[in-house]
Amino acid sequence: MGKNLFDKVWDLHTVRSLPGGETQLFIGLHLIHEVTSPQAFGMLRDLGLTVFMAERTFATVDHIIPTDDRKRPFQDSLAEEMVKALKQACQEFGITFFDVESGRQGIVHIIGPELGLTQPGITVACGDSHTSTHGAFGAIALGIGTTQVRDVLATQCLSLARLKVRRIEVSGKLGPGVYAKDIILHVIRTLGVFGGTGYAYEYAGPAIEALEMEERMTLCNMSIEGGARVGYVNPDEKTFAYMRGRPFAPKDEAWDDAVAYWKSIASDPDARYDDVVRLDASEIAPTVTWGINPGQAISVKELVPAPEQGTSDAERSLIEEALAYMQLAGGKPIEGTPINVAFIGSCTNGRLSDFREVARYLRGRKVAPTVRALAVPGSMDVARAAEAEGIDRVFRDAGFEWREPGCSMCLAMNPDKLIGDELCASSSNRNFKGRQGSPTGRTILMSPVMVAAAAVRGAVADARDVFGF
Amino acid sequence: MALAKIQKIAGRAVHVPGEDIDTDRIIPARFLKCVTFEGLGEHLFKDVRFGPDGTQTDHPLNDSRYAGATILLAGRNFGCGSSREHAPQSIAKYGFKAIVAESFAEIFFGNSTALGMPCVSVSRAELDRLVARVEEHPTTLVTVDLLEQVVCAGVDLRLPLRIKPSARDALLNGMWDPIGQLVEARDEIGAVAARLPYLHFR
Ligand code: SF4
Repeated sequence: MGKNLFDKVWDLHTVRSLPGGETQLFIGLHLIHEVTSPQAFGMLRDLGLTVFMAERTFATVDHIIPTDDRKRPFQDSLAEEMVKALKQACQEFGITFFDVESGRQGIVHIIGPELGLTQPGITVACGDSHTSTHGAFGAIALGIGTTQVRDVLATQCLSLARLKVRRIEVSGKLGPGVYAKDIILHVIRTLGVFGGTGYAYEYAGPAIEALEMEERMTLCNMSIEGGARVGYVNPDEKTFAYMRGRPFAPKDEAWDDAVAYWKSIASDPDARYDDVVRLDASEIAPTVTWGINPGQAISVKELVPAPEQGTSDAERSLIEEALAYMQLAGGKPIEGTPINVAFIGSCTNGRLSDFREVARYLRGRKVAPTVRALAVPGSMDVARAAEAEGIDRVFRDAGFEWREPGCSMCLAMNPDKLIGDELCASSSNRNFKGRQGSPTGRTILMSPVMVAAAAVRGAVADARDVFGF
Repeated sequence: MALAKIQKIAGRAVHVPGEDIDTDRIIPARFLKCVTFEGLGEHLFKDVRFGPDGTQTDHPLNDSRYAGATILLAGRNFGCGSSREHAPQSIAKYGFKAIVAESFAEIFFGNSTALGMPCVSVSRAELDRLVARVEEHPTTLVTVDLLEQVVCAGVDLRLPLRIKPSARDALLNGMWDPIGQLVEARDEIGAVAARLPYLHFR
């Protein structure tokens, strides 16, 4: 029997088995940012250790950075302090820092691929759970905690238990107005928010192969919301085409060697899996969340579940809790629920193709007067490219604010926040209680085009109806 | 590095109800603005412990009957969501020494273990018994015994616990922080770096 990509890459990166049974795994690419990493440098210093392979770590600022007024020092003195701490650590240890001055700043999971740092067949670690994004290239990419950031800095290694591999095979074709975001919301809805615990998800099948690289990133990004720490797609010609010419991608003679390596690590046709799940893309509709975790999702045409539909007491009380928080009525359509805020951005859906796709439909339309709408490009590269195509104008003319890059209202550590119990149609990845900055703020996750439809209607709407697909 | 061997943790317990409690709930993002983890304990569960006007809610952590508890009881998939280590750090800094739940999210479990804070699982039925006991008698002494692999409450309740064997070994042997082992293998790390094709493409 053949091997899957996960096992191949894992074995290649195994340094040794540790006495407790974990693997000491070599990390090929380490990405750091201002929120979970500065503390790790403190831990290093306390232990008298230094950075082992500084050239394999890259830094940027994304979580806390303001997206409007970026004059230094930032108005938020704590944000200023964190960014300074990261910069100083990078200087001290010789780490490349893609800060605003570099012109390449952006959300860590957007700039890694954009720069060609993320490559097939490598291991990636970052102190952020959406590191799974990089799996779109056929990398094993893991979100880690700060103590582990310290481990990678000090040794370029992690101590990890091997994951099982579940192949999620998606056949068929997506209908118009249905996107990668809908696939992953559907996967999480089907397998549950902790269904992936202990697993790496391999996404495969015709519907996945048909996805462009940026869509694959959206898909892999939210693996963690289904409990799977790792999600990946086998590299193919689309992957190689995306890599070509990127600043850190292999060049000239090295290119052919690289492609040969990338092909070699793809799952064998007869590869072994611990589990296989089959889904049909043609059955997936534009999907929205109705509750307080990403698994609480329905198609936009479905009714919000009522507590009676729960199959156990625990489940019924979960539905009740979610409905109460979301101020939604069970058994009623989600469509037509008025929104206050529309947010397009984040590491899930803040890439050029997301803004392009929305612009196609938004052109000539207006955001409803009751809605505050925010478009936040995922990186300075995305912003520049969109602006060169006039996409920013389309958004501004429609009534969106067009911001500077950062995580922004995905987690609202910067000034972009919901106020009170505002309801936000959001292209981000988490609808947890309080996630978007207000302890009572409410989030409905959906694809960027669905966010645009909701912004135009002033309420949750089926983009296929609003934009006439 | 000599680390404490964590074999048995005994103390009073408090139950934080709910399933899929995510790390944003445990420590809201606005408290992540810090360059060290000091002082995070006071922000634990902030938005459910305090109302918008700053008044205390009826959250169990505000209930004086449970003051000083060192064992946290929780439901299914505890610690899901963001990988922020601020979450286990805030739990530990608040004063908890162990967590008993039906299950844990993976990154949270690893982050907690690396801090020497055991996360042990018991079945739903047993969790319910444990919670009922603690709510009835908040002064019940609860013991998380990694050696015997049981959670005990009072004199009669003895519940089998589950924990990943490697995490259990690491805690029992005082090897829960892997850094010591990782740094030992410098030569092997170099050998892996030498054989990885992509490190030599440019
Ligand atoms: S955009 Fe959101 S999910 Fe992505 S890295 Fe930033 S905060 Fe995390």
